[in-house]
Amino acid sequence: MNTIPLRTGSDGTNPEIGGDPICSISEVSKTYAGGFHALDGVSLEIRKGEILALLGPNGAGKTTLISIICGIVKSSGGSVTVGGYDVGRHFRQSRSLIGLVPQEINLEPFETVSNTVNFSRGLFGKPKDTDYIEKVLKRLSLWDKRKDQIVTLSGGMKRRVLIAKALSHEPRVLFLDEPTAGVDVELRKDMWEIVRALQADGVTIILTTHYIEEAEAIADRVGVIDKGKLLLVEDKSTLMQRMGTKQIRIELQSALESIPDALSQYELEIDKTGNALIYTYDPTGGRTGITSLFSDLKSAGLVLCDVQTYQSSLEEIFVDLIKAQT
Amino acid sequence: MNLHAIKAIYIFEMSRTFRTILQSLVSPVLSTSLYFVVFGAAIGSRFAEVEGVSYGTFIVPGLIMLTVLTQAVSNASFGIYFPRFIGTIQEILSAPISSLEIVVGYVGAAATKSFVIGLIILATAHLFVPLRIDHPVWMLGFLVLTCVSFALFGFIIGIWAKNFEQLQLVPLLVITPLVFLGGSFYSISMLPPVWQKVTLFNPVVYLISGFRWSFFGESDVGVGLSLAMVLLFLSICLAIIMWIFKTGYRIRN
Ligand SMILES: Nc1ncnc2c1ncn2[C@@H]1O[C@H](COP(=O)(O)OP(=O)(O)OP(=O)(O)O)[C@@H](O)[C@H]1O
Ligand SMILES: [Mg+2]
Repeated sequence: MNTIPLRTGSDGTNPEIGGDPICSISEVSKTYAGGFHALDGVSLEIRKGEILALLGPNGAGKTTLISIICGIVKSSGGSVTVGGYDVGRHFRQSRSLIGLVPQEINLEPFETVSNTVNFSRGLFGKPKDTDYIEKVLKRLSLWDKRKDQIVTLSGGMKRRVLIAKALSHEPRVLFLDEPTAGVDVELRKDMWEIVRALQADGVTIILTTHYIEEAEAIADRVGVIDKGKLLLVEDKSTLMQRMGTKQIRIELQSALESIPDALSQYELEIDKTGNALIYTYDPTGGRTGITSLFSDLKSAGLVLCDVQTYQSSLEEIFVDLIKAQT
Repeated sequence: MNLHAIKAIYIFEMSRTFRTILQSLVSPVLSTSLYFVVFGAAIGSRFAEVEGVSYGTFIVPGLIMLTVLTQAVSNASFGIYFPRFIGTIQEILSAPISSLEIVVGYVGAAATKSFVIGLIILATAHLFVPLRIDHPVWMLGFLVLTCVSFALFGFIIGIWAKNFEQLQLVPLLVITPLVFLGGSFYSISMLPPVWQKVTLFNPVVYLISGFRWSFFGESDVGVGLSLAMVLLFLSICLAIIMWIFKTGYRIRN
């Protein structure tokens, strides 16, 4: 992985995380020509410099939302601003700030990598800059392939070309629509690193994904969309704390038939095997009761062999949310 | 004005031409040469002079128009249809460019290409028949206007078409008959009186007439009228394109 920093914005400043939203979406709705309601009053503020993951099942409206922000689809209602510019009235200013890596691999098959990337830069109104494009291509490990025709590249490489095109005009906000769909584990990790490095350069990143692990791995905040509605947006850690309880699994030397009376005040269950106790607690509550539980375990004469903790994953949270909706 | 974007689209489209230089240039030149062999030399030698020039010479302006028209329409329609087909249009739509700039880039490239082909055919014709050009500036003017107008027309087709068949249908069903019946190979005055009237509804008649006038100084209809008709056609195409972008017709959901 090449870690040469990319230039970030024409003024070269690195805006800190927080502050004014770089993108605000207010009451956006979309009804497609056929009458289908793809989005229903979505409001969302995207913070400068963050990585926001939009999570949602197929057909939730993720791509539609991104397409409206980028100007590919017209909204049926509501408003969107990027960097303070309305995406309709001030489309030149707003779109100059945005880079989009689309979900579908749309590329001119017979063009070379470097022509396609240079084309994108020009299209976004920037003068030719071979040094910068070289840096982008190197960072995405595309430099050796720059003279190759797109058709000759593998799927993963094509996805990198899409990223290079999106970065070609030095955007401040990058939308990645399912960047890791159909990408192997190795490349996925690579992709995450690229995303983190871009964030370090001050680029705000919004990515959509079906993979909860992906959101868990790289996002600062997570939004969940289903059936055109934004169900929630929350800091990843808060979300996991708010929704997630923790469990401690305590392996015992000898099996138990029932929970000893001395331990009745705790939220304990006996594991199916009878050889372990499961203690469920709220990690955010301040007092978790762990210390007293362990001393009471000792006074009850139980001998411990092993202790493990579990935390509910975003996946479980996500599934709970979607279930609660239906 | 996003000049970088216009330039980027223009260069990208032109480079497509260079990639396919064989189809782009060789085939029109070859088919024109065949016309000369068949109509100019083989059949034409039996004909009397038309409007004071040999038949082979007479058909040159019409032949150039035939090719330039078809090329302008097919280049421009393909130029915008292809990105729609493979989805790269999304990048164009998400770029900070106005509809006008998109049109200038695509139509400009298609017009340039057909203009160059027109000149190459003119040079090819020169090898087969003696030629004179009485009004070279008008000649170039008509050629440019034709390239631009019909590239605009092609652009509309490229946006309207839902599939490759429709893309080919209009050139085949509309352009070719209009050009053949527009006096490429004959003078309007050679037609029976009724058809002379009917043919005036064919816009291509004005084009070819004006273009031929710039060569030989003779025309079926007044050159001023020719120019006015070309400009009218151009404005109609422009108006339709403006409507397309305003409503997002078939490009922006
Ligand atoms: N052009 C269109 N015309 C009509 N309906 C559309 C159009 N594009 C999308 N839709 C519908 O809008 C809904 C949302 O689609 P969208 O592509 O935004 O979902 P998504 O969340 O990106 O899904 P995925 O995870 O599968 O990519 C879907 O039901 C889809 O069928
Ligand atoms: Mg999608």
